[in-house]
Amino acid sequence: MTDLTARTELEPPPTPVGVTVAPASSRGGAARSVLKHLMLIAGALLMVYPVVWMLVSSLRPTEVIFRTPGLWLNDVYLDNYTGGWTALANPFGHYMLNSAIVVIGAIIGNLLSCSLAAYAFARLQFRLKTLWFSIMLVTIMLPIHVVVVPQYILFNRLGWVDTFIPLILPKFLATDAFFVFLMVQFIRGIPRELDEAARIDGCNHWQIFSRMMIPLMIPALATTAIFTFIWTWSDYFTPLIYLTDPDSYTVPVALRSFLDSTSGSNWGAMFAMSIVSLVPIFLAFLFGQRFLVRGIATTGGK
Amino acid sequence: MSVVSELSHIHVDHPKSAEARRAQRKAAGRDNKAGYLFLLPWLVGLVVITIIPLVASLYLSFTDYSLIEAPTWTGLDNYARMIDDARLHKSLEVTFIYVIVSVPLQLALALGVAMLLNQGMRGLAFYRSVFYLPSMLGASVAIALLWRQMFGTDGLVNTVLRLFGLDATTGWISDPKYALGTLILLHVWTFGSPMVIFLAGLRQIPAMYYEAAAVDGATRWHRFAKITLPLLSPIIFFNLVLQIIGAFQSFTQAHVVSNGTGAPSDSTLFYTLYLYQRGFGEFEMGYAAAMAWLLVVIVGAATAINFFASKYWVFYDD
Repeated sequence: MTDLTARTELEPPPTPVGVTVAPASSRGGAARSVLKHLMLIAGALLMVYPVVWMLVSSLRPTEVIFRTPGLWLNDVYLDNYTGGWTALANPFGHYMLNSAIVVIGAIIGNLLSCSLAAYAFARLQFRLKTLWFSIMLVTIMLPIHVVVVPQYILFNRLGWVDTFIPLILPKFLATDAFFVFLMVQFIRGIPRELDEAARIDGCNHWQIFSRMMIPLMIPALATTAIFTFIWTWSDYFTPLIYLTDPDSYTVPVALRSFLDSTSGSNWGAMFAMSIVSLVPIFLAFLFGQRFLVRGIATTGGK
Repeated sequence: MSVVSELSHIHVDHPKSAEARRAQRKAAGRDNKAGYLFLLPWLVGLVVITIIPLVASLYLSFTDYSLIEAPTWTGLDNYARMIDDARLHKSLEVTFIYVIVSVPLQLALALGVAMLLNQGMRGLAFYRSVFYLPSMLGASVAIALLWRQMFGTDGLVNTVLRLFGLDATTGWISDPKYALGTLILLHVWTFGSPMVIFLAGLRQIPAMYYEAAAVDGATRWHRFAKITLPLLSPIIFFNLVLQIIGAFQSFTQAHVVSNGTGAPSDSTLFYTLYLYQRGFGEFEMGYAAAMAWLLVVIVGAATAINFFASKYWVFYDD
């Protein structure tokens, strides 16, 4: 599936492939095309309506939220944002900062460790490589719950509970094997002649990797960075286990604690901070979509 | 190649003859040091973060351990207790229903929309973004909170139903009959990410196959059943395997929607939620480890069944 990466994903396919080979110029075809668009638009509206409604509702007083399914906003009510920002033990920005630290650490860790492992798997010949590679593939599918109890015990002994180390350190050890696989796939699409030319010029493996491979791998690195960003920002299970002190909460855990602190009734504030928590994901999606689509197409194909 | 088909093809490129093997070993010898140096972070992670904990959790599953005192060996006691644990049985039932209903629904919708979008439509990029976005947001606590409101007694869904004159008084997330359904709906809502994979796969099918079929007068259904489905089957298989493994581990949404309890009447008590309650709520680490190993066995069995069944319906072109 490497040829997919050569194509710009945002453009329509060069040859429209599919069931309708006949052009849509005939009257029946045009009607069907309109019908299809109507279906898709209706589906799209249904998909985004809840999220848009949450955005609009975050600008309404809580009593109004429960009466109004509409999306029209008469006046903008900002108290949810000012109130929600300070409703928890720390201002919400504190949790955003915690999340940002974890996310940045995770991105750096994944980029470094996964690209090193991927280069080894894709380009180097060494003993037991096939065995390690199959183990790596199996770890992608291993449920994390089977290792989480001993991991907790280990990190607890080391006094790392309520620090960000248990959330960041594993990323520096390439435990997100999915990204190793994604990068292996990408490197396989880079012509080997480039490596050989560099080798003839006297480059060693480290030089080939750092000076040639890394620049060529930028699309795969971008995909990794964006996926790591979105997944780490939303991750709930790991911080829930390791972060028990409210000062160390990341955004998802802090957001959930609204259910305890306001007995789950201050929906205006909850919606406002929910929207705040989704903005970084939305922006990452907006600007990184090209890489996300390309990344999942490369690893997901046959 | 996907993770899944890589695994099934893993032995293909082994050279057969002794001479070729020796030649390969000789060539391989050159990179041994570099290979292991590049692999070092991953290897350390494999041992420290995965293999040692894996072995440790197997050991702990035969012990009674509360984090405070040292583990005491209890043999098969934890596993025997599982047989009588009614909440465990309930959590298995909830999780199986969730997996069996939500995964096929999500994949069918993903395939359907992907095929609709693949017909050379205008606005492909726009539609794809709109359908893909929910799968990026769906794992967040924010969306789980939204679901909690939407499906509450006075939530958005009932407000809309009342607009249509219906007497909507059901609290969807407080009624054991419907609570799991709302979580299944949430999973189906995130069909965008398999859809993107299907779209990429559909583009790989050469147009000439369809042209030839059209010349032969094949019906729409035939073209779907004889061309699209077989050529897409490795990708459907890949999605099926990974989505099933993922769905067995669902946690966040049930934890937020039920506020950690699995309520009402344990109807949203996902297996991992129960594991979390026993392990990190009551600090019964031995029991939690045993539960985790049962999960591995279940997920492993489901994957093995999938691989076995794939021989009968997955078609590899290469």
